[in-house]
Amino acid sequence: MNTIYGVYQLMSMPERMLVFLVLAPLVGGFLSGIDRKLSARLQGRYGPPLRQPFFDVLKLFQKERIVVNKFQNFSIVLFFLFTLFSGALFFAGADLLLVVFSLALAGTFFVLGGFAVGSPYSHLGAEREVLQMVAYEPMVILLAVGMYQATGSFKVAELVQQQQPLILYLPGIFAGFLYILTIKFRKSPFDLSMSHHAHQEIVRGITTEFSGPALGLIEITHWYENVLLLGMVYLFFGFNPWVALVVSVAVYLFEVFIDMNYARFKWQLTFASSWIFTAVAGISNIIVLSLMK
Amino acid sequence: MNLLIFLIVFPLCIAGLALVLPLGNALRRTIGVITAMVLSAVPIYLLVTYLDQGPVYFPIESHLVSSFMLGIEVLIAAFIVYISIKAKQYLTVLLVVVQSLIMIVFELTSGGSMEIENSLFIDKFSIIMALIVGIIGSAICLYAIGYLPEYHQHHKEVKDRRRYFSFLIYLFLSAMFGIIFSNNLIWLFFFWEITTICSALLIGYRNDKPSIESQFRALKMNLLGGLGFVIGIVYLYNTSHVMELDKLIRLDQSYALIPAVCIAFAGLVKSAQMPFSSWLTGAMVAPTPVSALLHSSTMVKAGVYVILRVAPALENTVAAKMLMLIGGVSFLITAFMAISQSNAKKVLAYSTISNLGLIVACAAINTPAAIWSALLLIIFHAVAKSLLFLCVGIIEYKLDSRDIEDMDYLIMRLPKLTAVMMIGMAGMFLAPFGMIISKFVTLKAFIDTNPGMAIILAYGSAATLFFWTKWMGKIISVRHGETEVVEHRVSRWEWFTLDILAACTVLVCLAFPLIASGLINPYITEVFGNVPPPEGFNMMVTFAMMVGLLILLPLGIFFFGYVNKNYKRVGTYLGGANLSEVTFEGAMASTQTIRLKNYYLKKYFGEDRLFNVGVLVSLTLLCVMFGVAFI
Repeated sequence: MNTIYGVYQLMSMPERMLVFLVLAPLVGGFLSGIDRKLSARLQGRYGPPLRQPFFDVLKLFQKERIVVNKFQNFSIVLFFLFTLFSGALFFAGADLLLVVFSLALAGTFFVLGGFAVGSPYSHLGAEREVLQMVAYEPMVILLAVGMYQATGSFKVAELVQQQQPLILYLPGIFAGFLYILTIKFRKSPFDLSMSHHAHQEIVRGITTEFSGPALGLIEITHWYENVLLLGMVYLFFGFNPWVALVVSVAVYLFEVFIDMNYARFKWQLTFASSWIFTAVAGISNIIVLSLMK
Repeated sequence: MNLLIFLIVFPLCIAGLALVLPLGNALRRTIGVITAMVLSAVPIYLLVTYLDQGPVYFPIESHLVSSFMLGIEVLIAAFIVYISIKAKQYLTVLLVVVQSLIMIVFELTSGGSMEIENSLFIDKFSIIMALIVGIIGSAICLYAIGYLPEYHQHHKEVKDRRRYFSFLIYLFLSAMFGIIFSNNLIWLFFFWEITTICSALLIGYRNDKPSIESQFRALKMNLLGGLGFVIGIVYLYNTSHVMELDKLIRLDQSYALIPAVCIAFAGLVKSAQMPFSSWLTGAMVAPTPVSALLHSSTMVKAGVYVILRVAPALENTVAAKMLMLIGGVSFLITAFMAISQSNAKKVLAYSTISNLGLIVACAAINTPAAIWSALLLIIFHAVAKSLLFLCVGIIEYKLDSRDIEDMDYLIMRLPKLTAVMMIGMAGMFLAPFGMIISKFVTLKAFIDTNPGMAIILAYGSAATLFFWTKWMGKIISVRHGETEVVEHRVSRWEWFTLDILAACTVLVCLAFPLIASGLINPYITEVFGNVPPPEGFNMMVTFAMMVGLLILLPLGIFFFGYVNKNYKRVGTYLGGANLSEVTFEGAMASTQTIRLKNYYLKKYFGEDRLFNVGVLVSLTLLCVMFGVAFI
């Protein structure tokens, strides 16, 4: 089990970042392929080949560039760059809190892109996207807080090598994080602002006016983000890398399963339930941890 | 020492001049510009001079000055009684009479025998405050030169009392300098009361019913705070014969606790924390420069300033915990309420109270890290918030509305102003800039002392993100086709101030490693002896992000605006055949018009419900704070 961490420690921070930047889209793309295959099987279809997401994105990059606002794609570029930056920071082993804030910055650029085009569907999608961010943000911050309470450090490099299983200290935080992970992965019942499925009542939501390469970039960003989020799941089980890897993949499959089994919630329910779930699971966990000290 | 006295007396002289010189006079404007230059230059000079020194105290023969101040106080009290009786505000009369009586009796009985060693002092915190008051305060005065003529054009019913207005503003600045340099508590109280009366009179500038109401609300609340202040210093002198700020902090806690709580109470009122937040939200009836001044560099900052000063006397007490919770509750509740507001000035007001709540909470925690982030919050908030208020002031007249819902396509109608406003907003909440660094450190300070506060911060930050992002989105949305640009006739005074403040916002962000290492860290070392664990790597990363963004943004805007031609521009998808930019042909050949509105979530964050909750909770906490201090 020490081989993974051995390799990790051998690499310098820039090398870790580079590995993330190169590998994450491959992993993210294949996960997306698994997602589509599994969803299809659950719906009784055959489904596309695993490498279909890559073909889709490549095709998007060959499409015509159609825009409403000539700056709209700039915000997507920023969304892309800052998501990569957050992920690179995370896998380099930097401060978890910094990763959380920088990811929020990336999300804000995405939302601003959605607002900037001035289309009603996109506006509504952007509005819902902010609402989703507000819904999950407390839990993401509490995740960092809980990790710090359990280990005394915010550094991912130290968190990941904890000998004791963090999941035992942070079960509430983990449950809360699973809950908001559905929002982050853009899965039903929380895929309000945009959805990969056809059943979208606000056209394509926040991405309505994005097409071609910009849409491709959004897709790739999403892959990077998914890998980053699964990395956070990994932290809970860092005591054993194999267990951690298996659980991370299992969590992803679990979210796909949830996706298939739920109809979309209204935004009111999404927002209120996320905050309440965060409050109950996350806060109780944090209070217990502070009493244990 | 002469410089400190100069900074207090100079604006006073200018105030006198402003009252005398006729309006529209070129000399008047020249003096305004010179004053702004002097008031910005002197604090910078102070910074350079006192940078390498610890706190410096200046002995002054204070008896004469104190008697003089007492005389002025009596005059002011008489004036307040006069205007209050005229407006039938008897509670105000009662408050001012009680307060003045205590003060007069106190000075007559103990004033003669009082030994005061050092009446004035300067340390790094005072310098930071002086820079804020000097640069931002005087920039706002310049803005007022361009703004007020237009204000009177739009409000013909308001009597033109511009001379009186400038007089009050300069007097206000003078009193602010007084507050930040006074070590003598009697002097501090004197300047404190001057800011109270000045702010109230400025709020009532319009002289119509709502303004008068807001004026007296502000006056009543702040006089109540002042009463707390008086009781605090009288108690302090009678128990321990101390009348100086530095000695108060070094005093044994059994003596210092009650005065510190009383002074902190006055600070809570002045910084508009819950339950006293309504005076600040009511203050938006005043002309924009007043709001900008109250919210950024003066009034509310004076409140948190004294709280930060007396906080060491509260260390490790239940009272400090209560103070922290009051700050936390104010932070959370007002951030929530800001979501439900569409009035731009009200959103800004709630965001101010929210940020001050965070500062108060940091002060109450009083660990090196907490104080570190409190100081950064003060700096960043002052710059960005004044900028935003001044922008909204201009928008209000160009669009004839201060409602965020009317700010559609603002970037097409007022492009440059929108750009400036984006800078301000980014400074208020966006990740690498300003506030977020301080929030970052605040969160760490909270976790170490009280995880409950970390939870409050987690929810409050999410709410903050919400109301800023949706506002930002509103102003940058674009529609196809031509829109009338209404940016003409923004006076060069206003532009000048906006440019300066926008540049300041960017500069403090860029210079923040310097500010931290040059001013804040040494101050922390002076107070605590040890510097907080350096966040070296994180500071580097945030700084890299900031520089990256500052390079990327102009480059990207240039590229997408001028270089990139490889695109086809189309109208938006509206769900039917587009007839124009905002209409389309819907079912049954009907013409449908689109309108974009934001979410306000009144059901969850409505002011009517949350405000009462906040007042009740904070009032309870306040009672407990006093209760535990007096037991």
